[in-house]
Amino acid sequence: MIRWRRHERADITERFPTESLEGPLLEVTNVETHFETPRGVVHAVDDVSFSLDRGRTLGVVGESGSGKTVLSRSVMGLLPKKHVIREGSIKFEGREIGSASAEEMRHIWGSQMAMIFQDPMTSLNPVMKVGKQITESLLYHLDISRTYAAELAEALLTSVGIPEPKRRLGEYPHQLSGGLRQRVMIAIALACGPKLLFADEPTTALDVTVQAQILDLLQEQQRERFMAMILVTHDLGVVAGRTDEIAVMYAGKIVEKAPTSVLFRNMKMPYTEALVRSIPKLSDKSHTRLNVIPGRPPPLINPPVGCRFAPRCPYAQDKCVKEEPPLRESDVPGHKFACWFPVGTPEGRDALERNRAAGVPAAVGSDGAATASPNSSTAEVG
Amino acid sequence: MLDALGTILGILLILVVVVGVLGVLALALGTRAGRKKLLQLIIVLLVVTFFSFSLLHLTPGDPARTQKPFATEAQLRPIRKEIGLDKPFLVQYKDWLFDFVRGDFGKDYSTNLPVKDSIGQQLGISLQLIFYAQFLALALAIPLGILAAYKAGTWFDKIGNAAAFGAIAIPPFVIAFVLIFYLAVQGGWFPTQQYVAFGTDPAEHFKHMFLPAVSLAIAQIAIYMRLLRSDMIQTLQEDFITMAKAKGLTNRRILWRHALRPSSFTLLTAAALNFGALIGGAVVIEVVFQLPGMGLGLVTAVATRQYSAVQAYVALIAVAFVLFNAMVDGVYSVLDPRIRHARVAAA
Amino acid sequence: MPESQPPESAGTALADEMGTTGLVADAFTVEIAGVTAGVQPTRKKRLGFGAWLAIVWLVGLIVAAIAAPILPIAGPNETFTSIQRAQAPFATISTPGGGTTTPFAEGHLLGGDRNGHDLLSRAIYGARNSLIVGFGAIAFGILVGGLLGLIGGYYRGRVDAVIVAFLDIMLAIPALVLALSLTAVFRGRVPDLWILVIALAIISVPVLGRITRANTLVWSEREFVTAARAQGAKNWRIMTREVLPNVLPAMFSIALLGVAVVIAAEAALRLLGIGLSITDPSWGGIINDGRDFLTQGITAHVVFVGSAFIFFTILSLNYLADVVRARFDVREAAI
Repeated sequence: MIRWRRHERADITERFPTESLEGPLLEVTNVETHFETPRGVVHAVDDVSFSLDRGRTLGVVGESGSGKTVLSRSVMGLLPKKHVIREGSIKFEGREIGSASAEEMRHIWGSQMAMIFQDPMTSLNPVMKVGKQITESLLYHLDISRTYAAELAEALLTSVGIPEPKRRLGEYPHQLSGGLRQRVMIAIALACGPKLLFADEPTTALDVTVQAQILDLLQEQQRERFMAMILVTHDLGVVAGRTDEIAVMYAGKIVEKAPTSVLFRNMKMPYTEALVRSIPKLSDKSHTRLNVIPGRPPPLINPPVGCRFAPRCPYAQDKCVKEEPPLRESDVPGHKFACWFPVGTPEGRDALERNRAAGVPAAVGSDGAATASPNSSTAEVG
Repeated sequence: MLDALGTILGILLILVVVVGVLGVLALALGTRAGRKKLLQLIIVLLVVTFFSFSLLHLTPGDPARTQKPFATEAQLRPIRKEIGLDKPFLVQYKDWLFDFVRGDFGKDYSTNLPVKDSIGQQLGISLQLIFYAQFLALALAIPLGILAAYKAGTWFDKIGNAAAFGAIAIPPFVIAFVLIFYLAVQGGWFPTQQYVAFGTDPAEHFKHMFLPAVSLAIAQIAIYMRLLRSDMIQTLQEDFITMAKAKGLTNRRILWRHALRPSSFTLLTAAALNFGALIGGAVVIEVVFQLPGMGLGLVTAVATRQYSAVQAYVALIAVAFVLFNAMVDGVYSVLDPRIRHARVAAA
Repeated sequence: MPESQPPESAGTALADEMGTTGLVADAFTVEIAGVTAGVQPTRKKRLGFGAWLAIVWLVGLIVAAIAAPILPIAGPNETFTSIQRAQAPFATISTPGGGTTTPFAEGHLLGGDRNGHDLLSRAIYGARNSLIVGFGAIAFGILVGGLLGLIGGYYRGRVDAVIVAFLDIMLAIPALVLALSLTAVFRGRVPDLWILVIALAIISVPVLGRITRANTLVWSEREFVTAARAQGAKNWRIMTREVLPNVLPAMFSIALLGVAVVIAAEAALRLLGIGLSITDPSWGGIINDGRDFLTQGITAHVVFVGSAFIFFTILSLNYLADVVRARFDVREAAI
């Protein structure tokens, strides 16, 4: 039986009693994260809510700049204190941690919640041996001897699929390949058996062939440990078969959230549709034009009043620019979206037709024909 | 006679230099760049010793008479022969060089003692001073630098930076006088000058060396601290630091175990290369505190016009400096790929 | 600064950042590194409060030094019996009439030194010496060293190799030791002030040469130089019209720091008591004068006055060097 270190035991049982075995593991409500910069306040995360049960996976999808990385770090509490405003409630196992101090959070980090970062080359300490980076976490949180920690580390490396684990323990990160480094990072994150894992673009820096392996590994570990996971990525393909629920983020807000299969079958938000369409398909002939979403996400300093996707949306109408659509539930329970003229509805189809007829520059229409016409003037408003 | 600590330090240093030079030689003969370096080294050493040697002739007046002004011509004749003034210039240089390499550093004609008798102890004292100063400087600069980086941007940091800036601006001898006045003369805690060997009385030894070492160290502390702070601020923004935080480790652990090592490159390089500055500074400090080291020896020799001794002092100091630098070079070219790798990786 | 090749030596490892190369490192590089570490480039057009203070001090000093003979102060070698024994401005001294007063009241604003000289006067006349030595040595260093560095950095190849070798050799002897040797060589043949200027000028040549060379190397690789060459411009013209104007701003900051270092070195040399004249006033000389009284506990005043002048001058120069560097140091990332 491995026990927590004395400095942790008391606090953990005190702060996080097992009373809250029912109820979601993580409950995020109306979280906002703003950065104070010399140019103004950047609203990186705006009114985001979701909840996650044990053993389930949430995928958070969005372009760069959508706020998804800030969200994961904000929920975990890793953002610096200076010039950062965090609002809203974050409850872990029923206990509010949004306002916890770093001192308190240290009991959670590593042992209850862990994070895997995007680039394993920069996320691993380049001058520290791999083994030490794993055992450090173990020795800090658990009441075990050094030799046992080393054994555990070796076992961990094996469990993440690293061959010759004993040798690897004594190597430096730059001696390993990208895929192996990512596995090491996973091993470090999982070392103390956390209940929740944040995977922040875990495969972006890897070769395509390795990506699938890593994702499989994550899924396997998650199943074995009954661990909840938040998978943050810009790549819809990554979350397609591996998540229970997907939240699509745009410009700091969640614009659509649904169980995975529902999302892909029945997407309502035009942005989601555009994302799905932008995935190149094997069945496409060579030289098929890739479908892109023209324009850029809005600046987050003075966000526009209406729907933030309006400038780039083929369905956009006047109402979209003036009023921001609220996140509302569709007829399918658990499916929330924010759009005035959703995809697949009569209003949506009409809106699209109207735009086409008027020759308003469009992104990708629902028939897949791309007319690239940069709508730069409206896209730049900010 | 070398005193105990000076002996240990001296032997250590000689060992390090020998190992370093041998190591460099081994590497050098292997690679073309190394051979080129070795050639450069030899040329520099030759030129430097040549310059030192020529000082005797460049200085005004007759070389023998300036060193022994009240002697008669008859008394000067054996001295001229001793110095070799009857021989052609280049032959003199060759002879002098051979003597130098074998440890015969000429004679001080005001005391009629061979220079090598006094140089032993002087070398020890100077080394002690430099070593203590560097040790103090690093021991204080590293925690201060870490703290400043950790608290970057706060009032603590701003004050620290301003203080460091001011400290660099104060010449070591000014600091020395301030310390002497307040701590030695008025406070009476430390002696104002002189030297006590470690072998004679360890406590007194450190008391006598404390103010000199501190005077030298203060500017270095400021420089090292700023270098470390600057590098560490950058390192702290790296991903692996956030990762360490996400592991739940304490800030102290992250700063000392994770952030320090990748940030110490510039600092260590500066510390290694700083011996030149310290040599110059040590000369002045020795004079201020009347510590009988190489610096005081050189200054006295110049003041009393003992140019034969000056030859030896200048040559010795310069050769040591060049060899030390070459050794640091060699060490770096060995360590370099890994350091560079870590640096590039962390960048 | 070029980071494309692995550094050749420890000197280059640190020096890469500061822009010098060679077999032997120099202390000035380390000091520059320390002074400028962590300086952020700024876009601010207006000078800060500190910068103005520094400018006021320096300009005031220069003006006072130039105008010294016509200023309403005592001569530097005049003795006043009332202030013998190094009186601080507000110490009590007895007047011939039997009363008491302070040196300050008698017009000796900074009091007097051991021999009864007015310290303010000695300090101002000393400023003349120190400033001449400082600016003179660095001016020479920039002219000669800068020229060498410019040529070496621009032409590269064998010319550069020779120049680097030459500079390296000059750096092989630690600065102060070299200065001492040169002092011994020139002593008696040349007025003391010139000894110092020559010695410190010679020392500053290799240091400034290296830095110029490194900066020239960087700028010579830029495309506008290749473009100029392609248009048939002569090398000399390219060097002066294209490369030099870009190298100068960086050198300006280094020059200010250099003057500060030289002033400190000059004071140190005077302090060492190697026979430089004691009647010719200088800051180092003032400190040397007051030394005994300080160690005997009588008064620290004289040493304090000399030190204060040195300190404020060096501080001002360092500060301005920082300001100049922050303004003109164009970092790629900031663009």
